[in-house]
Amino acid sequence: MGLGSDMYRQQILDHYKNPRNYGQLEDPTFTHIGENPMCGDEIRMDVELENDEETIERVAFSGDGCAISQAAASMLSTELRGKTLEELQAMDRDDIIDMLGVDISPMRVKCAVLAEKVAQDGAAIYQGDLDVEKTTTED
Amino acid sequence: MSQRNLEPLDVASIREEFPILQREFDGQQVVYLDNAATTQTPDPVVDAMSDYYRESNANIHRGIHHLSQEASRLYEEAHDRVAEFIGADGREEVIFTKNTTEGENLVAYAWGLNELGPGDRVVLTEMEHHASLVTWQQIAKQTGADIEYIRVDADGRLDMDHARDLIDDDTAIVSAVHVSNTLGTVNPVSELTDLAHEHDALSFIDGAQAVPNRPVDVAAIDADFYAFSGHKMAGPTGIGVLYGKQDLLEEMEPYLYGGGMIRKVTFEDSTWGDLPWKFEPGTPQIAEAVGLDAAIDWLEEIGMDRIESHEQELARYAYEQLAAEGDVEIYGPEPGPERGGLVSFNLEGVHAHDLTSILNDHTIAVRAGDHCTQPLHDKLGVAASTRASFYVYNTREEIDKLVAALDDARQLFA
Ligand SMILES: Cc1ncc(COP(=O)(O)O)c(C=O)c1O
Repeated sequence: MGLGSDMYRQQILDHYKNPRNYGQLEDPTFTHIGENPMCGDEIRMDVELENDEETIERVAFSGDGCAISQAAASMLSTELRGKTLEELQAMDRDDIIDMLGVDISPMRVKCAVLAEKVAQDGAAIYQGDLDVEKTTTED
Repeated sequence: MSQRNLEPLDVASIREEFPILQREFDGQQVVYLDNAATTQTPDPVVDAMSDYYRESNANIHRGIHHLSQEASRLYEEAHDRVAEFIGADGREEVIFTKNTTEGENLVAYAWGLNELGPGDRVVLTEMEHHASLVTWQQIAKQTGADIEYIRVDADGRLDMDHARDLIDDDTAIVSAVHVSNTLGTVNPVSELTDLAHEHDALSFIDGAQAVPNRPVDVAAIDADFYAFSGHKMAGPTGIGVLYGKQDLLEEMEPYLYGGGMIRKVTFEDSTWGDLPWKFEPGTPQIAEAVGLDAAIDWLEEIGMDRIESHEQELARYAYEQLAAEGDVEIYGPEPGPERGGLVSFNLEGVHAHDLTSILNDHTIAVRAGDHCTQPLHDKLGVAASTRASFYVYNTREEIDKLVAALDDARQLFA
């Protein structure tokens, strides 16, 4: 039988072991944190916007957790560059699963979408559409 | 007391009664090591329930017709069977609930809400399951009572000196888990109960992980309340047991109301029926009671002493095999009589959820997470752990498969 899960393809493991944009931004336009209490995954997303206050210039993430949540955050951090906040809000779980390029078992979807939800909630708070302290993917 | 029978189990023939253990996913036979969450159900138990529906089904409670009389008898006798199994005085002391959690809630509401107040102390352990921890936390908030937690020491055992400090004359109840579902620790529950009684406090023992796999005698423990679940002891889901001492149950008000639990009802008021029915309003889980009765027959036929030693042996084997790996951290006490049949661990460098997904690729069923003991995991300094838990039908070969599959995780995450 093959080596390990279909879920743990090279790309995911690569992002997990060598996360892109890991760390915190010096001067983020907004910052938000979230967690998946079931797994203990925790992620902080820092986003810096261009002068148009609409286009994402830079993203950084930090935190720890399982390979799926961390790889998804790493991939998302590169994916979001140049996107608008509107495009960010339009993303859904299928986009994340496409981005990861593997089937995510139902119980692990919460891990996969954590970074996306944190970025979206962060943007919504920044735009005054939401008021939460912390995002969770429990519900 | 009769001689303890410790003859090894005939696991091969036991497994024949569990068709589910033959199931395959992607051509690999299931290795079921998630028994602390729920155990599998042997054919005789499934048959007892389907026979009930095929032959005896009716509502209980004062039915005059044959079928109702038969269903009532089966339901009531299941209480007697449980009473005998755990050493209770009789059916009056055996309340059927949905599960352990409901047993905790029943006592917390029916007793706690009425009896607790500011200045009273509820003593729990740091290894309580959320079933008891969350329940007492909320009742304490509502009543103004304080909660204190008996410390867990570095070996995963209760610090009994701390217990002696905490349990004082202000203590109203001590609620402790008999066998920890995370650490596997077998706690000195009669000693805790004695401590509670020395200070006129009650004791509630959560036996969800004890009754399935060792002889339990509530009278010997002298517990005031003792709760467990059918689905963790080869029985069905949907039924649990709350044992309570008769004099306490007599004094307690019901916490659910309705039909079947009353003596006399007028437009103005109602009086309560006899124990245990006073705490079992509405149409209860009759088929499940029949299933639980059959599960107890099935377990006793094998022998609880033998089941206990089988589990202890598997836990020892798993502990030793995992410990020998070098990159595995195991939680809880060393193998022996003070450890039940489960092992929670982490593989260095691999998150418990990733490990569990990889084990699932080998059709090995284990559990990852905090096992409903989040504060305990905080204390252990880990967000999650992987738990392998064993039952009568598990074998050393299955543990070997688990240990071998760790290599996959190592290679992927190296
Ligand atoms: C120690 C302990 N207490 C309570 C429970 C809750 O059992 P149930 O979910 O059947 O109410 C469990 C099982 O999950 C347990 O292991």
